[in-house]
Amino acid sequence: MAAQVITANRLVDGAVVYLSADGQWVQSLEEASVAEGEAAAAALVAAGDRAVAGRLVVAPYLIEVDRGPEGIQPRRYRERLRATGPSIPFGGGMKG
Amino acid sequence: MYQYDAHDRQLVLDRVEQFRGQVQRRLSGELSEEEFKPLRLMNGLYLQLHAYMLRIAIPYGTLSSAQLRKLAHIARRYDRGYGHFTTRQNLQFNWPALADTPDILAELAEVEMHAIQTSGNCIRNVTADHFAGAAAGEIEDPRIWCEIIRQWSTFHPEFSFLPRKFKIAVTATEQDRAALRVHDIGLRLLRDHAGQLGFEVMVGGGQGRTPVLAKTIRPFLAAEHLLSYLEAILRTYNLLGRRDNLYKSRIKILVDSVGPEEFTRLVEEEWRQMPHDRIDLPEAEIQRIRAHFAPPPFEALPQRDAEFELRRRGDPAFARWVRANVSPHKQPGYAIVTLSLKPHGGIPGDATAEQMDAVADLADRYSFGEIRVTHEQNLALVHVRQRDLGALWHSLAELNLATPNVGLATDIIACPGLDYCSLANARSIPVAQRISLALQDLDRLTGVGELKIKISGCINACGHHHVGHIGILGVDKKGEEFYQITLGGSADETASLGEIVGPAFSSERVVWAVETIIATYLSLRRGPEERFLDAYRRIGPDPFKEALYAAH
Ligand code: SF4
Repeated sequence: MAAQVITANRLVDGAVVYLSADGQWVQSLEEASVAEGEAAAAALVAAGDRAVAGRLVVAPYLIEVDRGPEGIQPRRYRERLRATGPSIPFGGGMKG
Repeated sequence: MYQYDAHDRQLVLDRVEQFRGQVQRRLSGELSEEEFKPLRLMNGLYLQLHAYMLRIAIPYGTLSSAQLRKLAHIARRYDRGYGHFTTRQNLQFNWPALADTPDILAELAEVEMHAIQTSGNCIRNVTADHFAGAAAGEIEDPRIWCEIIRQWSTFHPEFSFLPRKFKIAVTATEQDRAALRVHDIGLRLLRDHAGQLGFEVMVGGGQGRTPVLAKTIRPFLAAEHLLSYLEAILRTYNLLGRRDNLYKSRIKILVDSVGPEEFTRLVEEEWRQMPHDRIDLPEAEIQRIRAHFAPPPFEALPQRDAEFELRRRGDPAFARWVRANVSPHKQPGYAIVTLSLKPHGGIPGDATAEQMDAVADLADRYSFGEIRVTHEQNLALVHVRQRDLGALWHSLAELNLATPNVGLATDIIACPGLDYCSLANARSIPVAQRISLALQDLDRLTGVGELKIKISGCINACGHHHVGHIGILGVDKKGEEFYQITLGGSADETASLGEIVGPAFSSERVVWAVETIIATYLSLRRGPEERFLDAYRRIGPDPFKEALYAAH
């Protein structure tokens, strides 16, 4: 079973957040709490449910990640983009 | 332009205050996300990959300069300084905070704008030919009829919960610039032999997972019966359309399953039984709405402006821009100018707050204070004196809005894709950017001629890939981005659906594939006058398949 992290969108602004080891919802994937095994993953899900009830986040779910020299890497491409933000500069249409 | 009456204004203000209460209840925990989601969607607020997204209706693609300045202000104050114009003639803000959205909607209401009918299973914001009121050969301004439909459909109690969303488009020229055949209903205004005003009624078009071209169910419907006839179509759909399966719920599936003849019969039968005079507008009301779309006070000018002609002959860069971005106007001495939101290497459809403000100023100066949004993600100033084209061109160039590529290969439609959209399989925008950079040489671009490339990040087809001359669809192959190419689609009056050319290409190979398709076309066309689409229709897919796949 792959290592897992729980992610959601923050209620107030929709920002992508991850549950950190000290129980905060943070924007940096690097600070996310990584669960190995089912029990740890279930604990993350329970924390996610509490955060929904507490009006902090919307629709939390687990994602699979790998831990390597570059830190925590989501397996799916979509999650890599969620973690880094749009791959293009904003506004004005110009590249660079 | 159409002005709201007191009733409209109150309705929109009430909705803003109602939504303010709903947002507060969501933030205080009284409403769960399940309860809140349908409410926010009814107000155009989506939750995307990285943030909320607010979709704002621009009815029939027409904006006043005051409205565009308001959008610029919102972009600056509440968002990240830009907005994204979509293929539905809407504007999307990508980064609004939830708590700010009631204030944004209140600001929009000040200029008679809102986000109603931009989401949900209702009759969506009606779209029109973006050259309405200006196009050479136009029967009459199609926005008159869009406005009539808007008033009839907004909050229509019977049609607020249709089986699925419902899109209507209206045009009034032979050329179709509004993609009528891929709408649930397409309406083309025309006159019969006796000179009577009416509509060709097309039903059951759509893109998405199952692309279908709309069928003409009535070649001529007298214009005064438009609303009763639409109501008959909607009722038939509301009654028989499937609500049990999301993928089968659009009217295109219904028309297909009962057959166009039977569907037509059902509609006609329903229509005959209806009390027309209770639904159709009285002539006086049609005239009242028509008066709002009276032409602006044009000057009496000669057909061609001598100074403009002189400049065009003497300045190749200006001539190139005129050829691609300027279209004929029905009023002598005037022209229609398309502002390219496709700078080479840029993001299709994005405009900064500064650009919006500057375009509003240019509209005031040169085009009676009116701006249009095109479904091809550009803007247009549609009533410009030929005499002013030179000065306008300079101003647009300074704003990076004068890329001479309208209708050419770098005028690419691209949906937000995986950079923003939570439904996406793959990114669209970076692919558009790379293709655009690869094809940016202006002489080559002009040499290739008309070529419409359209990119969607998933099968929902917001980027209209099915009707691109070259369509590109992002797919997910084992978690990586791949792109499936279709050829031969078209959204104009000769509408056709593209055909899949073969297996999908990796992100690295997709630019090569487009270049290979273009090179194949250039080598096989009869001459520069044979456009890509015409050549494809003549020679078919085989030479392209051969060039793309034979060596592998
Ligand atoms: S086509 Fe798909 S990816 Fe693109 S905007 Fe529409 S839903 Fe999103």
